[in-house]
Amino acid sequence: MPGRPPRLNLVNLFLWLLGGGILVLAGVGAFLTLSQGRLSGDQWESLIVAGIALGSVYALIALGYTLVYGILFMINFAHGEVFMWGAFTAYFAATALDDAGMMDANPILALFLTLLTAMLVSMVIAIILERVAYRPLRGAPRLVPLITAIGASLFLQYTARGFYGSGVRAYPSYGGLFEGTIDIGPLTMPIEDAVVVVAALALMLALYFFINNTRTGRAMRAVSEDKDVAAMMGINVDRIIVTTFAIGGLLAGAAGILYTLLFNQVHFFMGFLPGIKAFTAAVLGGIGNIIGAALGGLTLGILEQLGPNLFLTGYNIPAPNQLKDVLAFTVLVLVLIFRPSGFLGRKENV
Amino acid sequence: MPPLLRRAVITGFLGGAAGIHVSLVGMVEDFQGRDTIADIVSVGTMLPILIAIVVGWSAGSRMRAPLIDPTPRESLLFGTLAGAVTGALMALFALFINTVDVAWILSNAKPSLADLLWLDQGPVVGSLLLIIGGALFGAVGAVLHVLPGLISRSLAIGGAVTIVVALMEPFLGAVLRNVGLRFLEGFLYASGGLTLPGFILVFALVAGGVYLWRTRGHGTKERVEAMPADRRRIGKIVLYLAFIGLLLLLPQIVGSRLSEVVGTIGLYVLLGLGLNIVVGFAGLLDLGYVAFYAVGAYTTAVLTSPASPLISPELPFWGALPFVIVAAAMIGLMVGTPVLRLRGDYLAIVTLGFGEIARLIFLSEWAKPIVGGAQGILSIPPPLPFTNHPQVIYYPILFFCILAAIAASRLAASRVGRAWNAMREDESVAEATGVNTTKYKLLAFGLGAAFGCLSGAFFAAKIGTIFPNSFEILVSINALALIILGGMGNIYGVVVGAFVLVGLPELLREFAEYRLLIYGVVLVVMMLLRPEGLLPSRSRRAELHEDQGDDEAMYEHEAGVDTGRPVVTG
Amino acid sequence: MTEMTETTAHSTPSTATAPEAGDLLRAEQVTMRFGGLIANKDVDFTIPRGSIVSLIGPNGAGKTTFFNQLTGMLQPTSGAITFDGTSIIGLSPHEIVELGVGRTFQNIRLFGDMTVLANVMVGRHVRMKSAWWQSLLGLPSVRAEEEAVRQRARELLDMVGLRRGYEEEFAKNLPYGDQRRLELARALASDPKLLLLDEPTAGMNPGETARMTQLIRRLRDELQLTVLLIEHDMKVVMGISERITVLDHGELLAEGHPDEIRSNPQVIEAYLGKGAAGT
Repeated sequence: MPGRPPRLNLVNLFLWLLGGGILVLAGVGAFLTLSQGRLSGDQWESLIVAGIALGSVYALIALGYTLVYGILFMINFAHGEVFMWGAFTAYFAATALDDAGMMDANPILALFLTLLTAMLVSMVIAIILERVAYRPLRGAPRLVPLITAIGASLFLQYTARGFYGSGVRAYPSYGGLFEGTIDIGPLTMPIEDAVVVVAALALMLALYFFINNTRTGRAMRAVSEDKDVAAMMGINVDRIIVTTFAIGGLLAGAAGILYTLLFNQVHFFMGFLPGIKAFTAAVLGGIGNIIGAALGGLTLGILEQLGPNLFLTGYNIPAPNQLKDVLAFTVLVLVLIFRPSGFLGRKENV
Repeated sequence: MPPLLRRAVITGFLGGAAGIHVSLVGMVEDFQGRDTIADIVSVGTMLPILIAIVVGWSAGSRMRAPLIDPTPRESLLFGTLAGAVTGALMALFALFINTVDVAWILSNAKPSLADLLWLDQGPVVGSLLLIIGGALFGAVGAVLHVLPGLISRSLAIGGAVTIVVALMEPFLGAVLRNVGLRFLEGFLYASGGLTLPGFILVFALVAGGVYLWRTRGHGTKERVEAMPADRRRIGKIVLYLAFIGLLLLLPQIVGSRLSEVVGTIGLYVLLGLGLNIVVGFAGLLDLGYVAFYAVGAYTTAVLTSPASPLISPELPFWGALPFVIVAAAMIGLMVGTPVLRLRGDYLAIVTLGFGEIARLIFLSEWAKPIVGGAQGILSIPPPLPFTNHPQVIYYPILFFCILAAIAASRLAASRVGRAWNAMREDESVAEATGVNTTKYKLLAFGLGAAFGCLSGAFFAAKIGTIFPNSFEILVSINALALIILGGMGNIYGVVVGAFVLVGLPELLREFAEYRLLIYGVVLVVMMLLRPEGLLPSRSRRAELHEDQGDDEAMYEHEAGVDTGRPVVTG
Repeated sequence: MTEMTETTAHSTPSTATAPEAGDLLRAEQVTMRFGGLIANKDVDFTIPRGSIVSLIGPNGAGKTTFFNQLTGMLQPTSGAITFDGTSIIGLSPHEIVELGVGRTFQNIRLFGDMTVLANVMVGRHVRMKSAWWQSLLGLPSVRAEEEAVRQRARELLDMVGLRRGYEEEFAKNLPYGDQRRLELARALASDPKLLLLDEPTAGMNPGETARMTQLIRRLRDELQLTVLLIEHDMKVVMGISERITVLDHGELLAEGHPDEIRSNPQVIEAYLGKGAAGT
């Protein structure tokens, strides 16, 4: 329904009170925390740095949601699992390379190889996902592909559990090269985080270039504008859709390994939360918008690291970091209520 | 390559992939302990067999694009071939895991799995057995196309039901024991599954029954329809009474251990009925349904338990129930209001978020002074004084299930249900037709929350102790899967779905491990093949099968339009 | 036919009284902006009670936008709309239905997977009184109301000329012409005083169009309705309307009796410019 301006009624009143209340609470919390000087400047800085690194991983996953949404107007619920499979693949590749002694001998090459395998496996899974679970249901009522996506998500999760076991596995480290810190402008960053940010940035730039400057990229944009017209212009819409899933898969695979670089472990359930958060990031930036996904990812990453300490410490809430996921979900709800088109989104999308 | 051959090979490969998948996730190995036919075929071995049968069946079926109707010989040939391909792939797989050590990646890919697939006959004989077995069972699947439709349908239904009867051994065996049919139990069941005579008997009975019903059954139906209305009414009442009697006696029939399972099924029936209102009637895909369940459980725990940390009024269970309903209404509005303007998929993910928020808050240090954090709340009193025996607590749960079912069916048949359906079909048109969509969305959430909270309250009282980890997203997924399996919008479907999806894993320890994997497959397969569920409500069926409208009625109707429509004059 | 008239007359007491003089709907200076685009500009528009009024104009003239403002699906950027003496600015679509405005859609929008009867019964929703908790309790009054509404829905189906016996058919399985009739029955079920029809004869052949035109006129007479049409088919418009309003580029171009409109040079220009005057 084209936008009806909000009217003053109970529902709106409730929503404004809810949203306003949360913002006021956050503001007061931040003021209390800062005025009490609970955390040192260094601590804040390291939180921000961690947030940037985490945010760039979210951004990579968010791109997958946004690309698929831009073309099919559906949320690929199973995208978080594609990411998880990438992480697992990276783990096995890295373990094999570690056994071969390559992680210490040539960490950059090792990283490159693990990245490549992870991306390829995730891409294959994304393609299969599209072929098996989504393509037969194109044009079905909205709930149907959504439920299929949830089913596919469970299937991928518990297949991983069956294949690889339910334990948490520790990721091997890439030699001494990734230890230590590096100064970037005013920020001091652990090298590992810097690698993550640089890799994510490079992939995003590559994607941006691909979308804007290649034939396939232009075809993708055409399809997202109007499938029927694109088909009439001779674009193979099915192929473009598969390509979109493939690209989303590649990025999710890369995100998988970058995420494990940050947290050093893999687990079959690890796709769930980053998946939802990346979706939040995509919505925050404006779903369907590539730059928006990047911005949304960064914002959410920083907010997640910084937020609990900033907003909650002032209220003397014990263990505020336990509530960081609550914070992320609250952001999702607030964005969808007050600015469903996100930072940069097209308005008609929600 | 001729299209049929091509398809046979592809199907065979897919079957092989499926067989390898079930082997690798560990199902083949873990299900060895449970038998379909005692000491002959275990459930684990049956999985590849079933896959081969399905593969043979699909490779022998009619082809859509290009449209080819295979001759019986072709069906048989390609079905066998596809089955053989599946078997060959599995043989290769077994050979591979037997020679290359990949167990550090794929934890089940051990030589012991290979031995199992080879039926302990070593690589050469084992591989041959796999291929021949695959071909054989592929042929069995393909034979279904060769036999007359009715016979093959009877055989298929007979086979499926017999397998279910075999799986239900712990349940049906206990029932037979408890109703004094020990000799029958001894005949049908050995520990872990059906005996061979039992298998044959059940199969023959079911397949024969289906066949007879299909050939001679029309008479029965017509006779019932021909009965005078009051006699039919009496018959109906007798049936109802018998059903209610059965429900009342169920705990005695199944015994105390299984009453526990039946109670859990009851809780999920309540959850399913509530979620069915939100998803099935109103079309709002709520993935955070567990939030309602959790709020119901925690409200009950805080109000009744003497061990509740901060507030501990120690109300009796029934005294806490009104507060649970109030809490339900509040949480329903809390969740419902923010998502009022969201489209289907956004709504799903935001409600998912709400479900997680609820769990995380109950888990947090912050809320610990009230709800006990990770330690949860202990010693919640049972609903009926002094006893928490599963055979007793069953009754209040049953009572509320019946109440909820009546409430749901009344709503469905009223103005409210129509408004919900209209909203599900097209929200803006519903609004333009005079439905206050805001109100009806909130009503759906509120009632859904009430059912969910009620279920949670009984959960808390039944278990006696609650922890945040009892309220993970999988509760929502459980409830969703069971209404989808049963048929969205259908009340009987909820009951059937709960029995299959909650009951089976509770009964069979081995299944519990693979529960969510199976749910995933169920959700995808149901959506692809039968989106209306096993027991569809009429309108859902139509809605989800766009391409198979009721052609005949349509035809008749169009004919009627030309001839019989009253001409309107001014 | 006479029988039908009787049943309808006494089951809709609200419209049974003779139409009063004056305007049922009055729109003043209605303006609708979408960002920089102005869809309607300062439109003044009235519908006299009991009349059949048509809203015409070339494609993109802002007809449907205007329509959507009358039904509450859009809120005008500025201006006033009163219906039967009540301002409807700021009301939700369902509240406007409750006041007595029924509508159909240009591209038929039925609840395809509900039965024909259920579609009409949803239309009756606003006139039903039982609350959800009464339905929950299964009160006798609820059952009586349900039965009465079912009865009324059948009458309406008869009235719009839908064949009996297909009440339990799914709406989407009806042939096109019958879907239009069903949509009309659904709109009538809310006992509207004003019926808004968005291209009611679109996609119909001349025979069907003629029958639909007759039906609209007959319904107006029997149910004491006031009707506003959007229509492209000039034959329909000229034949049925008592007044015609022409919109062009979102602005009011002309208003008057069909004969006046037919000879209005501005209107001819607007249409000829688009090459549509011949119809």
